[in-house]
Amino acid sequence: MRYARVLCAAAGLAVGLAGQPATAQSDDRTAAEFDKFREVLEEANPAELWELKGEELWRQKRGPKNASLEQCDLGLGAGVLKGAYVQLPRYFADTGKVMDAEQRIVHCMITLQGFKYEDLANRPFSRGNYTPDPVSIVTYVAAQSREMKIAVPQSHPKERETYEIGRQIFFYRAGPWDFSCASCHGADGLRIRTQNLPNFTKPGAQAARSFIGWPGYRMTGGVMHSLQWRMNDCFRQQRFPEPGYASDTIAALLTYMAVNSNGQLYRGPGIKR
Amino acid sequence: MRKAIVFAGVAAVAAGCATMQDEAAYREQAVAWMKRDFHARGMAKTDRLNQDELQRACTQYNNNPPEALVKRVEAAEMAGIKLPADGKYLGDWKRGQRIASSGRGMTWSDKPGAAGGSCYNCHQLSPQQPSFGTIGPSLRGYGKTRGYTAENRKYVYQRIYNSKAFSMCSTMPRFGHSGTLNEQQIKDVAAYLMDPASPVNQ
Repeated sequence: MRYARVLCAAAGLAVGLAGQPATAQSDDRTAAEFDKFREVLEEANPAELWELKGEELWRQKRGPKNASLEQCDLGLGAGVLKGAYVQLPRYFADTGKVMDAEQRIVHCMITLQGFKYEDLANRPFSRGNYTPDPVSIVTYVAAQSREMKIAVPQSHPKERETYEIGRQIFFYRAGPWDFSCASCHGADGLRIRTQNLPNFTKPGAQAARSFIGWPGYRMTGGVMHSLQWRMNDCFRQQRFPEPGYASDTIAALLTYMAVNSNGQLYRGPGIKR
Repeated sequence: MRKAIVFAGVAAVAAGCATMQDEAAYREQAVAWMKRDFHARGMAKTDRLNQDELQRACTQYNNNPPEALVKRVEAAEMAGIKLPADGKYLGDWKRGQRIASSGRGMTWSDKPGAAGGSCYNCHQLSPQQPSFGTIGPSLRGYGKTRGYTAENRKYVYQRIYNSKAFSMCSTMPRFGHSGTLNEQQIKDVAAYLMDPASPVNQ
């Protein structure tokens, strides 16, 4: 099955990019410096602050229904957190669709606690001292899968279908600059300016390079961000309109990226440039 | 024979491979989801999700469309290039350098009209700028190595205006065609590549 997936992804690759990559010495230096900085910071990982905040938010009775999230089912049963994050996105029978971690948390906040989607989607991303609750909660949830293998299921037909839809979204070229996700993330060894670009079409370590680190404390801005923000900001730079927060489109794209990351160790919540 | 094909198709689906028909159906679903889930923000309206013929073909054929289609579309893109009325293809390389260095333009957080060329995101240009991307080829010493000829000046202007006229599924945006850069800005960037005094050619 894994081999089949690798073959299919390789067959679907064939992205024609002009020119050969230039030498990347300065980039290697930058990357090495960054790795060193990350090592130092990981001894006191700033993400832990949000993990603690998220744990509080998970346990507290909150919202119009005055309930905690402890009955929230993230795929492994109500309240089971250990290993849940590395098996998301996955199919949920109660909604009849594949949902990613943050989308599922938002779903629980709505159904269990009575929050409104419109309120949660109003300011969904961190800025300055403000961190939206779902970001803290997803950081807490993700931390319960730290150093575990990514094992996103593809057993349900909807999970396979959502992977294929996500793949189509990934390769969809549109907008004023004709970009798709694959324009930047469809080949090995590319970079924008000095920023290395993971190749998400290549299952394994390459594809996992982004996925294993989110949610992450981003040094640019000094805030905690989740994959929802990452996808949003990619579409901004792709010159697309804005994707809905915790939407099925994002869940499909994350399914494509997460399944391609299967077998790799989840290293987050960590630090991002 | 037909049975064998059907079987191969079923086997491919079972193995997680999408057949051509599946691909089209999944793509249709993907477009429907995107049209439902995206909203306009700033200058980025939802009509940006609608593909033109070139975008549709490059997506469908994985950036490798049939030769006849390539010929026809490239010719149409070429015909759409508006050449400068004064017949001059080069502007001011200093202004061109600022445009080449700017990554702004066309996102929902940009103001309409305030666009750069994002050249350094993908290309090496001046040796004085170590922060460059590698998605496109290095353009260091462009005019010096290729020659400061009238033909090359025109080509550079056209290539910036619409890269797809030369390579249908090129990753490079169509800066003139999309209205990202105006005639003077394209001339300025062309000068950054083709002026002997430009740092690109040092």
